[in-house]
Amino acid sequence: MSRTLVIDLDSCTGCHACTIACKGWQNANEDTRLPDAEAYGAAPFGAFLNRVHSYEVIADDTPARLIHYPRTCVHCENPPCVPVCPTGASHQTADGLVQIDAKRCMGCGLCAWACPYGARELDPVAGVMRKCTLCANRIDDPARPAEDRIPACVRACPTGARHFGDPTDAESPLGRLVAARGGFAPMPEFGTKPTSRYLPPRPKDRLGAGAVPTPLVPGGGLQVWLDKLLGRG
Amino acid sequence: MSAQPLSDDEIRKTTCYMCACRCGIDVHLRSGEVRYIEGNRDHPVNRGVICAKGAAGIMQVTAPARLRAPLKRVGPRGSGAFEEISWDEALQIATGWLAKIRSEAPEKLAFFTGRDQSQSFTGWWAQAFGTPNFAAHGGFCSVNVATAGIMSIGGAFWEFGEPDWERAKILLLFGVAEDHDSNPIKRGLGAMKARGARVVSINPIRTGYNAVADEWLGITPGTDGLLILALVHELLIAGGIDLDYLARFTDAPCLLIPGEGPESGLYLRDAEGRVQVIDRRTGALAPFDGEGVDPDLRGGLAGHRTVFEALAERYLNPGHSAEAVADRVGIPAGQIRALAAELARVAFDEAIEIDQPWTDFRGHHHDRMIGRPVGFHAMRGIAAHSNGFQTARALHLLQMLLGAIETPGGLRFKPPYPKPLAAHPVPHFTATPGAPLKGPHLGFPRGPADLALLPDGSAARIDEAFTWENPFSAHGLMQRVIGNAHAGRPYKIDTLFLYMANMAWNSSMNPGEVARWLTDRDETGAYVIPHIILSDAYASETVAYADLVLPDTTYLERHDAISLLDRPIGRGDRLADSIRWPVLAPDRDVRPFQSVLIDLGARLGLPGFVTAEGAPAFKDYADYLVTHQRRPGIGVLAGWRGDGTEHGRGAPNPAQLDRYIENGGVFQAEIPPEAQFCKPWNRAWQDWAVKMGLQDKPQPYLFSLWCEPLRRFQLAAEGHGAQQPPDHLRLSLLGAMDPLPHWTAPQNTDTEAEYPLHALTQRPPAMYHSWGSMNAWLRQILGHNVLYIPKPVWRDIGFRAGDWARVISPHGAIEVAVAPMAALNPHTVWTWNAIGKRKGAWGLSQDAPEAEKGFLLNHLMHDLMPPDATGARVWNADPVTGQAAWFDLRVRIERIARRRFSLPRLPELSLKILRRRPA
Amino acid sequence: MRAVPSVILFTTLSGAGFGTLAAAGLGLGAGPGVWLAGYGLAGAGLIASGFHLAHPLRAPLAFRRWRTSWLSREAWAAVAALLVLAAPAASALIGGPELRFLGALGAGLCLATVVSTAMIYASLRAVPRWHHGSVPLTYLACAGTGGCFLTTAPGVTALACLALAVLLGAVFVLGDRRVAALGLTRGWATGLGSSGTVRSFELPRSGPSFITRELVERAAGAGSPLLRLLSLLLAGLAPAGLLLAGTPPAAALAVHLAGILLSRWLFFTEATHVAALFYRGDLTPSRP
Ligand SMILES: Nc1nc2c(c(=O)[nH]1)N[C@H]1C(S)=C(S)[C@@H](COP(=O)(O)OP(=O)(O)OC[C@H]3O[C@@H](n4cnc5c(=O)[nH]c(N)nc54)[C@H](O)[C@@H]3O)O[C@H]1N2
Ligand SMILES: Nc1nc2c(c(=O)[nH]1)N[C@H]1C(S)=C(S)[C@@H](COP(=O)(O)OP(=O)(O)OC[C@H]3O[C@@H](n4cnc5c(=O)[nH]c(N)nc54)[C@H](O)[C@@H]3O)O[C@H]1N2
Ligand code: SF4
Ligand code: SF4
Ligand code: SF4
Ligand code: SF4
Ligand code: SF4
Ligand SMILES: [Mo]
Repeated sequence: MSRTLVIDLDSCTGCHACTIACKGWQNANEDTRLPDAEAYGAAPFGAFLNRVHSYEVIADDTPARLIHYPRTCVHCENPPCVPVCPTGASHQTADGLVQIDAKRCMGCGLCAWACPYGARELDPVAGVMRKCTLCANRIDDPARPAEDRIPACVRACPTGARHFGDPTDAESPLGRLVAARGGFAPMPEFGTKPTSRYLPPRPKDRLGAGAVPTPLVPGGGLQVWLDKLLGRG
Repeated sequence: MSAQPLSDDEIRKTTCYMCACRCGIDVHLRSGEVRYIEGNRDHPVNRGVICAKGAAGIMQVTAPARLRAPLKRVGPRGSGAFEEISWDEALQIATGWLAKIRSEAPEKLAFFTGRDQSQSFTGWWAQAFGTPNFAAHGGFCSVNVATAGIMSIGGAFWEFGEPDWERAKILLLFGVAEDHDSNPIKRGLGAMKARGARVVSINPIRTGYNAVADEWLGITPGTDGLLILALVHELLIAGGIDLDYLARFTDAPCLLIPGEGPESGLYLRDAEGRVQVIDRRTGALAPFDGEGVDPDLRGGLAGHRTVFEALAERYLNPGHSAEAVADRVGIPAGQIRALAAELARVAFDEAIEIDQPWTDFRGHHHDRMIGRPVGFHAMRGIAAHSNGFQTARALHLLQMLLGAIETPGGLRFKPPYPKPLAAHPVPHFTATPGAPLKGPHLGFPRGPADLALLPDGSAARIDEAFTWENPFSAHGLMQRVIGNAHAGRPYKIDTLFLYMANMAWNSSMNPGEVARWLTDRDETGAYVIPHIILSDAYASETVAYADLVLPDTTYLERHDAISLLDRPIGRGDRLADSIRWPVLAPDRDVRPFQSVLIDLGARLGLPGFVTAEGAPAFKDYADYLVTHQRRPGIGVLAGWRGDGTEHGRGAPNPAQLDRYIENGGVFQAEIPPEAQFCKPWNRAWQDWAVKMGLQDKPQPYLFSLWCEPLRRFQLAAEGHGAQQPPDHLRLSLLGAMDPLPHWTAPQNTDTEAEYPLHALTQRPPAMYHSWGSMNAWLRQILGHNVLYIPKPVWRDIGFRAGDWARVISPHGAIEVAVAPMAALNPHTVWTWNAIGKRKGAWGLSQDAPEAEKGFLLNHLMHDLMPPDATGARVWNADPVTGQAAWFDLRVRIERIARRRFSLPRLPELSLKILRRRPA
Repeated sequence: MRAVPSVILFTTLSGAGFGTLAAAGLGLGAGPGVWLAGYGLAGAGLIASGFHLAHPLRAPLAFRRWRTSWLSREAWAAVAALLVLAAPAASALIGGPELRFLGALGAGLCLATVVSTAMIYASLRAVPRWHHGSVPLTYLACAGTGGCFLTTAPGVTALACLALAVLLGAVFVLGDRRVAALGLTRGWATGLGSSGTVRSFELPRSGPSFITRELVERAAGAGSPLLRLLSLLLAGLAPAGLLLAGTPPAAALAVHLAGILLSRWLFFTEATHVAALFYRGDLTPSRP
């Protein structure tokens, strides 16, 4: 069973709640603190493990669309970030999650180069690599109520655009949703086998193809209209 | 991975205040320090979710911009030179100034507050003080939608209502970016999408909520009224309206007095003053609320039209057709008609029914609740234009025609709303030395007699609210206070007392001039505005201009109430109120402002703030929250009154706050099923509302398609009545005070040729006005803004990536970085609001990008329109409410080369605390 | 990719150093000076590489994952090469025997080090410009050429320089073509491309981030034909000319190394990570 994130690009409003909830959660934990350099200066600089882009999609026959696109680790089954790590700090756990053991990281940055998704960031203050942990210390924390054994970003997301679960389980609601919506994994050609899925935006801007109102009394005046309308009911 | 789980932390549940949405939050603490903030799952507002600002609250309580102790100005205003003083000294200074004012001329105190959410308390203080000059920020925020809503439907979009997120099948969003109800809106949009319901965005800009909408109508700013009335026209033509709803629940069947007389166009009333309809059962006149009355839309009383007939005649006119308006609104006629057809289809073909019997106020029994699942929501996109009041009215007209207010699937009010206009006070404004004001400052005039005018016809209030220029300025007009205080218009004041509003920067038009007003001196060298007291929690731009700064706590360090007496947090199905409580102890010499006001009230001996013996009536704000009663049994908080089992009504309960804290900081009461909809006309709701203390007696009412109070001002302009407007305003009053919704072009439309582009701002989702920028996490997301230019204009002008532009309005010019955008109305440029900061403010470094590259559009605006042919200048505001017309701004742009910093570049404002008190 | 001085220095100096050591190990012009130069260059390079680490003191941990990590392999190979060659080098310094076997083994390890260094880059699919056999080839060619200066006859070195110039030139052109032919776009990276052209409207942050500094930004000179030519000129053509004109090989080597430095700077700044597609949207260096 894989556990991962599924992000719905149709309902993401680009609010950055996931970004900050993630930052806050990771920062609250001694092992993953995410301090910022120059926090109140000219170029504040800190690691964030989830970042939200926005893109415009421009086609000829419809109005331009704007799509918010959260980007974090896609939890590869075949993660290129792991084998390149010389120290073994980057590793895959028994349940398939890719994690970083900060105490073993020498900050060479190679894993960040190896990840095609730009999902790893070096903590500028601590000098160690960070990545999305899938909030392992939430999802596997037996002390939490079951409904809260979900990542911080998923819990935060106000539109419910972020889902957590196993998209390959065709029987689960999430599996069905991913199948119905044509969930995709980015850059499949890279052989990284992401477990995460993006649900593509639904078709938009179809108004105008619909019916138009039919006049009650074509060409009639107010009185005729009133008669017709009020006579009706 | 062996990170310590947080589950062993202490969690304290309180209410977020990173914006005015007021979500419930779980604050995780370890060793007395905040470690993490997440949403409270049991809270009715957010149900566990949280936004970026809320989650970043932890950085707000550690920000270097926090003020540390009371400050007394020691250098010239604006220099930032202060010394730290003790609270005793600070309170003595303030009491000295205020006591003198109160005993001589209370109106010389102008006390204005921002989005503080304790208005029922600050207003009560100001009333006790006796100054007529009190209001909060609504006058520059969204009073247009608030007032239009109250006057049309006894509730409004603005925090008083919400779409039925669970049932709506289509939702039209007019001019909404984030709004106050931001997490509920986001949750609602997500829920609608999960159900497969459709969202239609009417907005010049396709970002955020509008980006996820299924349909986008990129309307030209300021023309929503035209679009809405075209939808009305098309629906009428096709008969796609809810006749039954109109006849029973609106004033459509009410008869109007004909002719030219002093009462023409008012409702026909009987001797007891009851509005008359024709009862279909008898064909005779009957009071609208008579038992069993079945009102006839057609009327039939010779010579008298019903409101319905009047509106049909108005809007059936081909001038309102989709074809006639398409060009102007920038949306093809076919699309407008298709939208009308879709609204009718969803409303009537996809109507929903809830098997829930109910009884209406005339005693008619209904065996089900019929719903028109068409949701609408609107905010500042319509409010912040000079035609916003009538546009919001038009939108309510459309909703009423569809039967989509307070029915399942439509707009639902949040308790204590609905509330008829009649239940609101009229403005009180008569100042008497040493005495309190006779009633609340703000309210709704019913006619010219209620205007806040002195016997000589001049304005009684410093902000000129409730005058002929803007009779329905129901929230006051904070934006005019500084300018008027400087000009001595209508009179000079002594002390300007500001709370939680950054008036020297992003909440004023033309901040450069505001800075001049604040620092200007008279012939004697004294400041024209003699004293300025400010309560702020952070080193905002305004701090540098205050003479006395009362440093507030942050939201995690104080008590607050989100009270039913203020703007409600309830939902369509439940009443709710909540508190904040100190989950942290302040580490600085700061005090909660409300407690400071209580202290000042006692020092000044204000009625209500001292006991009969003259001792302080309240220990602090927490004490006030629990013990104060507005009416017997009705206090600030509704939950756990009396012995702790009484809700809504009941004696003060000393343990009330403990009960709130035990319950996650929030009290909620679900509305009984039979009272959940049709509230204004529903006997079950009326009874429940009385039981819960929302009102003292049943007060059913009809929605107003026809707005009688407006008509009374038209009558005055026509020459009727004792109160007469100045002649130069007669014509504009006749137009503006149309009792039926209408559209007029925004005030500045005649500058179109020279300034072809509309310039807008939007709320950034991860920033709250000016205070997000001091937050280390949030400022990394948005540390400076750019001006977005529509692709066609970008091409025409020949912009290239990295370019800058000079942006010119009739009032000024700025130089800013630009970027192209495709999903944008082709005549509109825009930027994120309030990202630009003044150098040195907010505890940021001198070279912070917020000050170097960030910018405000406010420098391009002015409170007054350019002089007309006669040299007169009208307010840059809606003529009904006085609402500031931020979004009327028009500009032209020129391409310039890349710059190092944006213009204007005002002198730096760093605070220089010359003498620090030992900690 | 970010062109970090420490990494540029490292690959340049250690390349030339291991080239020189390999030549010395193979007995092409041994002599105390050559060994010293070789060790000096390689050592300086390795020290420079330490500056690239955020936690240099944890560098010893880098030996742990030689089965999968080219960086780890490089560490092993470098240390092995330096250790194995210590004996022949010491022997050369004290005028001892030539120790041919150890020398040849060491030479092999030197070349393995250079290949490992190159493979660190060439193994990265996420950086298409690097993900190619031409990278180890180029690194080997650079190291080999660098190794010639102090160990081989000037004429031979000059020839090697000319060949290197041709190789470097070809790699620029072929690299451009290869990256362009991949046709990687923002639409592809985001998976949004099927419904229209995808342009970046707003970035996740308005200031810098690790990703933008490390993977996205590139210097203005990226793709500049002038700089590319200059790198060929300095790395190959000029040293060849100088050597043929009889300039001392050490001086020619200095010019060559300057050229390699420039070429490495271009190597880094011209290579673009696919994650840059999320930000900037193209991988080919802009040519003004
Ligand atoms: N994150 C965040 N949330 C906030 C705030 C904040 O600063 N940050 N501020 C709070 C405050 S005080 C307020 S008042 C609310 C305001 O909440 P909103 O009303 O959502 O505020 P604005 O961002 O002003 O959005 C106005 C919207 O109207 C659109 N618009 C402008 N002109 C027109 C027009 O003529 N027609 C139409 N149809 N649309 C138009 C703009 O494009 C924009 O999308 O937000 C509150 N919530
Ligand atoms: N161009 C343009 N300008 C606009 C608008 C627009 O759409 N476009 N929108 C307008 C609208 S609707 C609004 S509401 C205004 C908002 O503008 P303001 O009301 O000025 O909002 P803020 O910038 O948030 O300023 C509020 C002040 O309260 C202070 N504060 C924060 N927390 C506390 C606290 O706990 N206690 C105390 N005492 N003070 C605190 C902050 O430090 C800040 O100085 O801006 C208006 N200005
Ligand atoms: S930065 Fe750390 S985790 Fe990444 S490859 Fe280097 S040592 Fe491994
Ligand atoms: S997305 Fe990047 S960091 Fe995450 S597992 Fe895949 S390669 Fe590693
Ligand atoms: S799963 Fe956890 S670590 Fe990953 S992006 Fe979400 S909050 Fe951050
Ligand atoms: S929290 Fe949800 S809606 Fe907001 S940006 Fe993240 S994914 Fe999108
Ligand atoms: S919307 Fe966000 S900032 Fe506003 S109250 Fe809710 S959590 Fe706090
Ligand atoms: Mo506002």
